[in-house]
Amino acid sequence: MKQQLSILAGAFAAVLLGGQVSAAELRIGTAAEPSALDPHYHNLTPNNTVRRHIFESLVDQDAKQRLIPALAESWRTIDDKTWEFKLRKGVKFHDGTEFTAQDFVYTVCRIPNVANSPSSFTLYTKGIDSIEVPDPHTLIIRTAAPYPLLPVELTTFGIISAKAAGGETVTFDKAGCKADSWPSTQAFNDGSLAIGTGPFKLAAYRKGERIVLDRNPDYWGEKPEWDKVTFRPITSEGPRVAALLAGDVDLVDEPPLQDLERLRKDPKISVVETLSNRIIYLALDQAEKTPTIKGTDDRNPLRDIRVRQAMSMAIDREAIVKRIMNDTAEPAAQLLAPGLFGTNPDLKFSYDAKRAKELLAEAGYPNGFELTIGTPNDRYINDEKIAQAVAQMYSRIGIKTQVDAATVNVFFSRRNKGEFSVFLGGWSAATGEASSPLKSLVATRIKEKGFGPTNYTGYSNPKLDDLLTKALATVDDKEREKLLAEAMKTAVDDVALVPLHYEVTSWAMRKGLSYEPRADQYTLAYAVRSAK
Amino acid sequence: MTAASPVAAAPRVQTPLKRFVVEFLDSRVAVLGLALLVLIVSSALFAPLIAPQDPYDLSKLDIMNGMLPPGSADMDGNVFWLGSDEQGRDLMSAILYGLRTSLLVGFSSTAVALAIGLVVGMIAAYAGGSLDAAIMRLVDIQLSFPAILIALILLAVLGKGVDKVIIALTAVQWAYYARTVRSAALVERRKEYVEAAQCLALPKQRIVLRHLLPNCLPPLIVVATVQVAHAITLEATLSFLGVGVPVTEPSLGMLIASGFSYMLSGEFWVSLFPGLALLVTIVSINLVGDQMRDVLNPRLQH
Amino acid sequence: MLVFLIRRIAQSAIVVAIMSVLVFTGIFAIGNPIDVLISPEADEAERAAAIARLGLDLPMHEQFLAFARNALAGDLGISFVHGVPAVQLVLERFPATLELALLAMTIAVLTGIPLGVWAGLRPDSKAGKIIMAGSILGFSLPTFWVGMLLIMAFAVSLGWLPASGRGETVEVLGVPFSFLTANGLKHMILPALNLALFKVSLVIRLARAGTREVALQDYVRFARAKGLSPARIVGVHILKNIMIPVVTVLGLEFGSVIAFSVVTETVFAWPGMGKLLIDSILLLDRPVVVAYLLVTVLLFIVINLVVDLLYSLLDPRIRLGGAKA
Repeated sequence: MKQQLSILAGAFAAVLLGGQVSAAELRIGTAAEPSALDPHYHNLTPNNTVRRHIFESLVDQDAKQRLIPALAESWRTIDDKTWEFKLRKGVKFHDGTEFTAQDFVYTVCRIPNVANSPSSFTLYTKGIDSIEVPDPHTLIIRTAAPYPLLPVELTTFGIISAKAAGGETVTFDKAGCKADSWPSTQAFNDGSLAIGTGPFKLAAYRKGERIVLDRNPDYWGEKPEWDKVTFRPITSEGPRVAALLAGDVDLVDEPPLQDLERLRKDPKISVVETLSNRIIYLALDQAEKTPTIKGTDDRNPLRDIRVRQAMSMAIDREAIVKRIMNDTAEPAAQLLAPGLFGTNPDLKFSYDAKRAKELLAEAGYPNGFELTIGTPNDRYINDEKIAQAVAQMYSRIGIKTQVDAATVNVFFSRRNKGEFSVFLGGWSAATGEASSPLKSLVATRIKEKGFGPTNYTGYSNPKLDDLLTKALATVDDKEREKLLAEAMKTAVDDVALVPLHYEVTSWAMRKGLSYEPRADQYTLAYAVRSAK
Repeated sequence: MTAASPVAAAPRVQTPLKRFVVEFLDSRVAVLGLALLVLIVSSALFAPLIAPQDPYDLSKLDIMNGMLPPGSADMDGNVFWLGSDEQGRDLMSAILYGLRTSLLVGFSSTAVALAIGLVVGMIAAYAGGSLDAAIMRLVDIQLSFPAILIALILLAVLGKGVDKVIIALTAVQWAYYARTVRSAALVERRKEYVEAAQCLALPKQRIVLRHLLPNCLPPLIVVATVQVAHAITLEATLSFLGVGVPVTEPSLGMLIASGFSYMLSGEFWVSLFPGLALLVTIVSINLVGDQMRDVLNPRLQH
Repeated sequence: MLVFLIRRIAQSAIVVAIMSVLVFTGIFAIGNPIDVLISPEADEAERAAAIARLGLDLPMHEQFLAFARNALAGDLGISFVHGVPAVQLVLERFPATLELALLAMTIAVLTGIPLGVWAGLRPDSKAGKIIMAGSILGFSLPTFWVGMLLIMAFAVSLGWLPASGRGETVEVLGVPFSFLTANGLKHMILPALNLALFKVSLVIRLARAGTREVALQDYVRFARAKGLSPARIVGVHILKNIMIPVVTVLGLEFGSVIAFSVVTETVFAWPGMGKLLIDSILLLDRPVVVAYLLVTVLLFIVINLVVDLLYSLLDPRIRLGGAKA
């Protein structure tokens, strides 16, 4: 606590001395706030955003989610199950100590040992079978099976200082590392362990109010332009835009769609946007019995592929994008935006309400049926409005559709209990490749393989599972991409899900700033530049 | 004074009632409020007949008519007098139906709370002793907590739904009535006519129902009127906070909340008109309630 | 006095106990916080592990017993979302709410009393009627809607005041306050006005009613007949007499201002406890909701106590006794 106060006091002194006019200050208004500054506490976008400023990972991703070196200068596969990472030399932590392989070992050891973590990064470390450290700047990582995603997964977690946490002697053990105690989340929040190698140091953290970062003068890479960065959570849309327009902040993320047109026209504001890695889809329950469909004598019409095709064809995706998404989205034909790794360029969507009606009739439902669509109303951009628009379109082909909207705290629990025949969902491919949505959303649920954790439809096609299994064990990128594209085609042909659109992520900032928009939706202060 | 002379039966009750009407009509503002209120309630009641569109029937909506400004017409020549929302829903229809939800919640929660408060208050007043003390302690405790906090927590627990909002609002209101009824009943109880009735050994229920109850009503009505307005505002606020009615059955508060994000971008009508409708409703109820209090309050009459 | 205190505390303890059972079971019934918090990428095994880490795998009665045991020892648990003690989270946010509520009360008193006295002295004048009509409006306007309109008008259209957030703060004894800096004060104006609106109407009504009553009393008539200046009559006789009800009611209303700040803080993104409560409900962060509740209940007990004590000081006729508690 004392430490925290002194940090804060320092920060405020800096504010008073520096004044508000300090040219190299960047103030960012964010839609969401991290739940903690502990880089391993909660695998959540806002946490990972702030983490990237303070703690770096071995490998990083650029704005298009291609891998780039970070703390690892280079890496190669020795064989299918063995990877060698060469670490960057001369990198210093914020406390002046040098970064070595031990810091990586300690980080991997600590990740499963974060008390109370609601969503851990073990997801990305469990592929690691053993770690060898031939010298302080070389890592040999072995996996139990061929594991092509290893470098991608190493981008997800930040590396903490083993020395600061007292873990210089900890060694890696797959069954669980041994240490006297593990650092607490609190120690990162109050700044005492917020020691990374990143371009910024933590200056002040006040929950709900602000996170202040100072430039790390000893940063190994390109030094950011800003002496000081302030993240302010402004969760309501209107006030966030208002704060930008009023000059309270320099940049905001997730400006509301309905304001984009006006912001684009504003001579004092510039807007950047890019296709994100998030797909918005409808999941169609394919179980024997289904809860929210009526008028079919207890049969589940969604088991019939013709009905599923009809329900995909009945949707005017372009109208939704235009009217509901204000042209800030891209109609979707597959589960990840084309162009990203493992997508299939040949897949197309079609809109044909007449044909949809015929298909329904062929399947034995000439008069349609009654349906209730479940949707969250505070999770994805305009989620509940999209569901209503879809309901309109279904009603027009004879499926009398109602919308059952709920906040996520209720929605997810209900979805997990299987309370919806059809629900609206969204999926971000954190790894930036097609294996992510395929594995989670449409693969058959197999616990041991980690397949289908978010497959709530009961869809199952052995062909798809085989292709995916093969792809996930194929280290050769070209070969893997082909397998994934094939699996994607299988899912789309079966109408395993109804893809609606890919979200477009945008940022709005005062004129004079530039930001390369990122597919992974992160707002990174060090990548914001002023045009001079 | 209404309460002083009413030992006797029905025919003479008319006199105070008449006087109440005359005195109420004394204030032009209050009459205006009453007229507005009648208009609002009846348009909400007859919404399905008046509204140009059934805003809940999704097959009648078309997103291509979304976000039309007030007064514009769609391709078939249907005019959206107050504009439309992003689903192409006519806002006037949405407001009329939203009014129904808001008024339903306001009136029914008040009615139920009134009934509960009446019974509990009467029991407390009549039973006296430790039962009275226990009940009033409970009332005191509840009243020391702000209604919004109790309702918020209750709804967070109960979940969304019109019925649940009614339950929550009933739960926060009953104590007001219980206290009002008890104190009115205590005053009445000491009056001679009740003592006379007791001497006649009339049954307890009869004394309570025929004598105590009618005389406790005036202050209750005043409290109830103001509470209806409170309940409607509270419902709107709770819906705004995300714990009220579901989005599919929007009340006025819900309409305001979901339209707010459009206000900045110039599509003011989606939030402004429901807001005005809410405002007019509450002001008219408050105007009526204010005048009723002035007329029925014996202290100001003398 | 001691009996009075003990009784008050015992009552509150019962309230606290009932409330915590209700909230605990209620939030348990809504859903599983892990469903909201966990990364969608997580597989079944990771989900189960996370549920176990937060102790959510136990049956509800066991979870409740564990909670009750710890709560009696003064530990209200660790926030599911933030991983830090829930009480600490609530207390960190308390100063922001407190200063907002205090400023709102100040605004209510400074505008409400003059207007109310004016309306009370000249109840039939045009100004008096306008003031009363205004107070009806103030009662009727839903707080959140006014807040939105304030943002639209003063922050977006006119650009005079910031739309949200807390601005700069200065630490006093380690507690950050924003009313001490110009920038912070600027951030406070709109939310404080918003929060004050309802109370201004209330104070107007109290002051008007009090003034009307006092103005008819013999001693005021006498003072007037003696030729005392109106300013002196108002200042000495009227204000003195209406202060008792105003202070009492405002004291009792302070709790409701704190509670109502839930709305204002949500509209203006003010980082106080109210905002924390809403966020915690949406994320099913049970320990924080319970902690918020306990802290507020405690606050109300203190406020009511202080008001009662003040009241007995101001008005010597009142004696704190058993029944009048």
